[in-house]
Amino acid sequence: MKPTDINNPNFFHRVVDCQWACPAHTNVPEYIRLIAQGRYDDAYMVNRTSNVFPGILGRTCDRPCEPACRRERVDGTPVAICRLKRVAADLKGDITQRLPKGAETANGKKVACVGAGPASLTVANDLLPLGYEVHIFETALKPGGLMRTNIPSFRLPEEVLDSEIEAIVSMGAQMHYGTEIASMKQLLDNGFDSIFVGSGAPRGKDLELEGRRDGGESRIHIGIDWLQSVAFGHVTEIGKRVLVIGVGNTAMDCCRTARRLGGKDVKIMARRPREYFKASPWELEDAEEEGIEIIVNHAPKRFVIDDGQLVGMEFDIVKWDESATRSQVLDTVIIPCDDVILAIGQENAFTWIERDIGIEFGKWDMPVVDEVTMQSTHPQIYFGGDAAFGPKNIIWAVAHGHEAAISIDNQCQGIPVSDRPPVGMNLINQKMGLTEWSYHNDFNPSPRQQMTHVDLTKRFEDLSLEVELGFSPEQTAREVERCLNCDVEPVFRAQLCIECDACIDVCPVQCLTITENREDELDLRMHLTAPAEALDKLLYVSSTLAQTGRIMVKDENICVHCGLCAERCPTAAWNMEKFVLQLSYAGTSTHKGH
Amino acid sequence: MPSIRKPLIPLAPHATNSLGLTVRDYEGSMSTLCAGCGHDSITAAIVQTFFELDTPPELIAKLSGIGCSSKTPTYFVAGAHGFNSVHGRMPPIVTGANAANRANIHIGISGDGDSLSIGTGHLVHAIRKNVNMVYIIENNGVYGLTKGQFSPTADIGSTTKRGIPNDVPPIDPVELALSLGASFVARGFSGDKKQLIPILKAAVEHHGFALIDVISPCIQFNNHQGSTKSYKYIREHELNEIDSVFLQPSEVITAELPADSSVSITMHDGSKILFRTLPDNYDPRDRNAAINYVNRAKANGEVPTGLLFVDHGLPDIHDLNRTTQEPLINLPFEKLCPGRNELMKFQESFV
Ligand SMILES: Cc1cc2nc3c(=O)[nH]c(=O)nc-3n(C[C@H](O)[C@H](O)[C@H](O)COP(=O)(O)OP(=O)(O)OC[C@H]3O[C@@H](n4cnc5c(N)ncnc54)[C@H](O)[C@@H]3O)c2cc1C
Ligand SMILES: Cc1ncc(C[n+]2csc(CCOP(=O)(O)OP(=O)(O)O)c2C)c(N)n1
Ligand code: SF4
Ligand code: SF4
Ligand code: SF4
Ligand SMILES: [Mg+2]
Repeated sequence: MKPTDINNPNFFHRVVDCQWACPAHTNVPEYIRLIAQGRYDDAYMVNRTSNVFPGILGRTCDRPCEPACRRERVDGTPVAICRLKRVAADLKGDITQRLPKGAETANGKKVACVGAGPASLTVANDLLPLGYEVHIFETALKPGGLMRTNIPSFRLPEEVLDSEIEAIVSMGAQMHYGTEIASMKQLLDNGFDSIFVGSGAPRGKDLELEGRRDGGESRIHIGIDWLQSVAFGHVTEIGKRVLVIGVGNTAMDCCRTARRLGGKDVKIMARRPREYFKASPWELEDAEEEGIEIIVNHAPKRFVIDDGQLVGMEFDIVKWDESATRSQVLDTVIIPCDDVILAIGQENAFTWIERDIGIEFGKWDMPVVDEVTMQSTHPQIYFGGDAAFGPKNIIWAVAHGHEAAISIDNQCQGIPVSDRPPVGMNLINQKMGLTEWSYHNDFNPSPRQQMTHVDLTKRFEDLSLEVELGFSPEQTAREVERCLNCDVEPVFRAQLCIECDACIDVCPVQCLTITENREDELDLRMHLTAPAEALDKLLYVSSTLAQTGRIMVKDENICVHCGLCAERCPTAAWNMEKFVLQLSYAGTSTHKGH
Repeated sequence: MPSIRKPLIPLAPHATNSLGLTVRDYEGSMSTLCAGCGHDSITAAIVQTFFELDTPPELIAKLSGIGCSSKTPTYFVAGAHGFNSVHGRMPPIVTGANAANRANIHIGISGDGDSLSIGTGHLVHAIRKNVNMVYIIENNGVYGLTKGQFSPTADIGSTTKRGIPNDVPPIDPVELALSLGASFVARGFSGDKKQLIPILKAAVEHHGFALIDVISPCIQFNNHQGSTKSYKYIREHELNEIDSVFLQPSEVITAELPADSSVSITMHDGSKILFRTLPDNYDPRDRNAAINYVNRAKANGEVPTGLLFVDHGLPDIHDLNRTTQEPLINLPFEKLCPGRNELMKFQESFV
């Protein structure tokens, strides 16, 4: 194999599994170390740079970083990355001075954002400091999008939402609440240089079965609309027996909310078996803890209406084949209920965008959007968040927002939007002494800390009482030590190696090998100290070693970054160096000399 | 010394041997030797050897003298018996330990100083008596522990770190052992475990005294330009023509049989040493051939390595003394020490 090009930021970036998996590439190990040192403000700021909403995300993030976390491969459970983010947000002091500020002088460019969800807010966050005049148009009377209207306050307290949104609005965003954009054409005519569409996927799917329109309408609810009504205080109660149709996170929020509004017997009704649920495992657990019953293999058949009243729902009891693609009806059953909540998905609705103004729509009537630049086929119009590629989550909305802001800035500065600012990297020596490092290199065998929850009885008394209590100082202290510091990389300098084998002998996970080079990667993988069977994890291959002409190979799969290879290396051919990814945001692009 | 202990990480790829132990179960405490010391690699090879041989740790007795090399038994098989003797006295202690319990596997670790200066007399007699043990000389050409003075294996002309040449002729432990009638003689290099591990396995299974001279660079005092025991020098001058593999009884069945020219030696438990490559006309069972080969190589400025000589049929110390098969420690006291009356009777038999 050819030697690895470690100057390409993507190589070490991929080794930092969590950062690579995070859509916004949050520098997780760095903020975890800062928390370990009690530097909560700094930890918060590291987060904010990438993900803009650390307090919100520390409670609600879909956390794609966690299944990717290296610790999962080492002892089966990932670092509680998301919970630690919340620790930084909760314990930070007054960071107002450190937040980005609106520009003192305007740059004369005007940008419109449709919707005040996380996607638009991120665009504003990135563009306001550069002098853009950002107008945000929002149907609702408050900002936040689904974060406010749909994520229940017992998961996300209003104060947290308010303060992180205020940090952006106060930079000088021009907020137009209660203003629904009804025509894109009109908006274009208003002289905006760029328009960002962050209008989300606002339409909840309906279930048109027999009995849907036969008098029970007031007791059959569309999940996201119903949650919104609850959030706005329009709905304050529900019947005792509630059926929630759906298996995603929205369904979980619906049933947990129903429990708080008077639902005693709340059931999740699912067509398919549990392993096909879309809800995150932790949301399912939380729902079950609150006494929600989960009933699988029940396919909705009709709404049972008696005398113009909803009295129940009929289901086919089905049996699935092994892959759960084909089913066979075994029986039918009527389950009595007072209310049905439909949580079977969301759709986009771009009725307000004229189809003759240069925005091309493709499959499923979705706009054609570039995945890197977020630009539509209209050069001034960008999409992001749920509006771009259908419903995702907050962290994706943020990631889209950053990219769209770069594109808008480019467009307004006359730079092609395809011209993306460079991604840089730095390697910083961590050596403090002969066998001393600037990070805590020992492996801590503690198990993942469990989140404590508010007592069940208290929970149902107050709709807004936050369920998760956050980590205690002791839990935090233990959890931070579980992080393997994946950004502190053993870096190899082949010309210094004398092939003494010290690193290979000391490595606790057998991930180093000195061997004859082989052309074929798979072949090489099978001829290492321990076979490198995780093909999605990279091999770090050195150039030829001086004494024997062999090569050093590192399997990046399970290195625990203990630094022992570097400590036992007599020539410092291995050294521990901190990889710092330098992401660019709007305005940091070097080719503009900002 | 490393800042931390080698973390114990429960990883799936860590295969277990037939005893259900992982390779980590054959480790000892963290090495306190200099980073890059050849001795640590030999330790790692010993760990791998016992792991692969499925040796129960409690059947191993590890002994040593004094020196950096002699510190290393602490770093392997924590569950073994151990004895760290005074300088140069490891061989007689092993002789005693082996006399008491012939069922144990005895492994002695020594240095070129420990074995060939102060301890030479003891080494010589352990070879002579064919004590059933593995005897490893971790040979770095210097007294590492006492800061790098020349040892008796330093070659003429090789220099200290400061450039002062050695004028005194060296002792070659391989030649010494061959000439004393040793039953198993090998030379390895700490930087080549592929070669060393099969030699170690064969030595463990060998019935009798197995001497392995392992060139093991002292990174601190003898890895410089003027050294003839540095990583670089050995890699440039090694004559590595003899390639042997060791097959445990279970592996013998499935192994490919050697080509015509190769030699195969069957050990008493059914395991085999297979020589895959040998120099022309070389027979590792022929002592004179081995002596000639080593001499010739040395005259050419080469360092011959490999399993140079094996004679599996020589009587060991127990055979020579006709001791009982039962380890002496297992005999009841009355039998081991029959008492005054029996002694009197015995003495009277000479009258
Ligand atoms: C019940 C539920 C729970 C969820 N829980 C989580 C969670 O725990 N974690 C997570 O990461 N994600 C969660 N999500 C998903 C997440 O909320 C969304 O992916 C995210 O908010 C999308 O952000 P956005 O900026 O694209 O749009 P949105 O948040 O949808 O905001 C769009 C805004 O645009 C406004 N708007 C729409 N059309 C117009 C118009 N024509 N004119 C003016 N304004 C308009 C809307 O009123 C809305 O305020 C959840 C979603 C739901 C439904
Ligand atoms: C009786 C006695 N004499 C001298 C010493 C000093 N001494 C300690 S180690 C050593 C030499 C060790 O050399 P070697 O066996 O080659 O081991 P290395 O450190 O090189 O591995 C000497 C002379 C001693 N400890 N005891
Ligand atoms: S161990 Fe730490 S740095 Fe490594 S993937 Fe997990 S959270 Fe990220
Ligand atoms: S830091 Fe070095 S010794 Fe530690 S696990 Fe990684 S490669 Fe092995
Ligand atoms: S002084 Fe030499 S022999 Fe001793 S530990 Fe250091 S490198 Fe090894
Ligand atoms: Mg020595």
